Amino acid sequence: MKSKNWNRAIVFFFVTLLLAAAAIIAQHKVKAAPPSGGEVTGTVKLDGTPPHQKPIDMSKEPSCAAIHKDHPVTTEGVVAGPDGGLENVVVYISEGWNGSPVTPSSEPIFDQKGCQYKPHVLGLDVNEHFKVVNSDQTSHNIHPMPKPGSGNHEWNKSQPPGAPPIDSSWSAEEVAIHVKCNIHPWMSGYMVVVKTPYGVSDDKGSYKIGNLPPGNYTLTAWQETYGTQTQKVTVAAGKPATANFTFKAK
Amino acid sequence: MRTSHKLIACAVAMLAFAGISSAQVTQYQEEQNLGMEAHVGHLTGHAAAASTNYRRYCAGCHGVIGDGEGENAMWLDPKPRNFTLGQFKCRSTPSGSLPTDDDLYNTVGRGLQSSNMPSWNPLSDQQRVDLVAYVKHFSDRFKTEKPGEPIPIPAEPEVTADRIKSGQALFQKLECWKCHGVTGRANGPSADTLTDDQNRPIKPFNFHDQTKFKCGTEDSDLYRIFMTGLDGTPMPSFADNVKPDEAWDLVFYLRTLQPQHSKEKEIAKQLGLKPINPNAPAPAAPAPTTDNKPQ
Repeated sequence: MKSKNWNRAIVFFFVTLLLAAAAIIAQHKVKAAPPSGGEVTGTVKLDGTPPHQKPIDMSKEPSCAAIHKDHPVTTEGVVAGPDGGLENVVVYISEGWNGSPVTPSSEPIFDQKGCQYKPHVLGLDVNEHFKVVNSDQTSHNIHPMPKPGSGNHEWNKSQPPGAPPIDSSWSAEEVAIHVKCNIHPWMSGYMVVVKTPYGVSDDKGSYKIGNLPPGNYTLTAWQETYGTQTQKVTVAAGKPATANFTFKAK
Repeated sequence: MRTSHKLIACAVAMLAFAGISSAQVTQYQEEQNLGMEAHVGHLTGHAAAASTNYRRYCAGCHGVIGDGEGENAMWLDPKPRNFTLGQFKCRSTPSGSLPTDDDLYNTVGRGLQSSNMPSWNPLSDQQRVDLVAYVKHFSDRFKTEKPGEPIPIPAEPEVTADRIKSGQALFQKLECWKCHGVTGRANGPSADTLTDDQNRPIKPFNFHDQTKFKCGTEDSDLYRIFMTGLDGTPMPSFADNVKPDEAWDLVFYLRTLQPQHSKEKEIAKQLGLKPINPNAPAPAAPAPTTDNKPQ
C-alpha cells in the first residue's frame, strides 16, 4: 500500500473506533420508564425423583421440637410437589432490562418460625429494605454470609423472642446470600438479591414476573441445589408470555 | 518507513499498549493502595513505610498478599486473619462495619489471647501505626467505606449486688448459656455444632477456665465484645437488645463466672448466687433499645 493510503486507513480505523464507542455508550443511557403491564409466568418443574431430604432433629431446642411434633421437618435443599413443581426457585431478568430502578411493592419479611426461615428463599432487589422477625420462643442469631468481594458485607446479630424486627438491605447484586443461625445449626435460608424484576416459585412451582415493558429478555432461574438455567422470552403488550423451566434431578 | 515495517510497528505498539495497560493497572493499583494511611492519636501511619516490617514480622502467618495463607498458616488454629476480606473480630464498631484505626492499632499491640498472634508492643508506636495502614491497604473496603460509628460506652458504674443479679437475668434472657453453658464452661447445647465462616469447628469462650478474652482483658473490652459481636465467628452483636447501662450489669455477671478473684466474685459469693436454671421462665425482659418498630 502507498503511504497515503496507509495514513487514510489508520484515520478510518480510529474514526470507526470512536463511532463504535459512542454507539455503545449511547445504548447504556437509562431511558425513561416505558409503558409496562406485560408479564411472564411459568412453572418450574423437577424432572426425576427429588433427592431424599434429611429429617431435622430439633431436640436441642424443645420449644421448636414441640411445634413440629406432629409434622417432622426435613432439610429444604429441594422442595418438590407431587406434580414435580419446584418451590423456592427465583426467576429473574438477567439480560434485556432497560436499567430503570425496580419499585418494590411492600417490605418483605424474613421470619424465624419453628426454628426455620420463612420464606426459605427471599427474593430482594438491591437496596430494598427487608425486616427480620423472630416469631419463636427462643433466641436466634441472624447471620447472613455474603461471599467476600460481592460488595455485600456479613453481619451477625442476636434477636431474642419479643425483640423488635431488624431492618436491613443489601447494596449489591448477589445470587445468593446464605443465611444461617449459629445457635440452631440446621437452620438454612437464602436471600437472592437482584437488580431487576423477579418472581419466586410457589409450592406448585408457579412464578410470575409482572410490570414488564415489552421487550426481549433473558430469564435466569436459580435453585439452591441445581444452580441456574437461562431462557429467552419476548414480552409484548397485551400478550402474557410464558417461560417454563425444568431441572433434572441428579 | 516501509509499509510492512509500519504495519509491524503498529501491531507491536498495540500489543505493547495492551500489555503495559494491564501491568500498569496492577502496579498502579498497588502503588495507589500503598498510599493508605492510618491515624491513631497524633500519629499518622503510612502503608509504604511498613513494607519491610510486614515482610519481616507478619507475612509468615498472614501471607505476602495478606490473605492469611502465610507458610505458617497450615499449623495454626485459629487461622491468621485474611486482611483482604476487610472483616475483623476486635472492633468498637457495629457488626458488619469496618474497625477504626484505633481498633486495629490496639489489636496489633495487644495481640490476641489464645491464638498465635503475639503482642507487637516491642515495635515502636510509629512502626505499629504504619503496619495498621499496611493491613488496611490489602482490602478495597477501606478505600470506599468509612469505619462504623463506635458504639457508645457509658462510664463504668460501681459493682453492686443488684447489678450482678440484673446481669444474671440478662444472661438467661439473651440465652448466652446456649453456647457458653450455664456455668460458662462452653458446654451449652449449641456449643458442639458451632462453626466459623469457613465451616471450621470453633469453640465458644470458656468463662470458667479463661481469664483473658481474645480482644482484651478489661471490663470495657468485654463490653465491646458482646455489644459489637466478633465478626467472622458465631458470636453475634447484642447491641440491639441491651441498653448501654444494662450491658455493664452483664459484664459484672460474666466476671463472676471467671476463675480470677474479683469484686464481682466476692459479691456473688456473699449473695450465694447460683447458676441460672435455663428451664425456668426468663425474668421480665428489659425494654428493647432500638426504634425499629414494625410498620
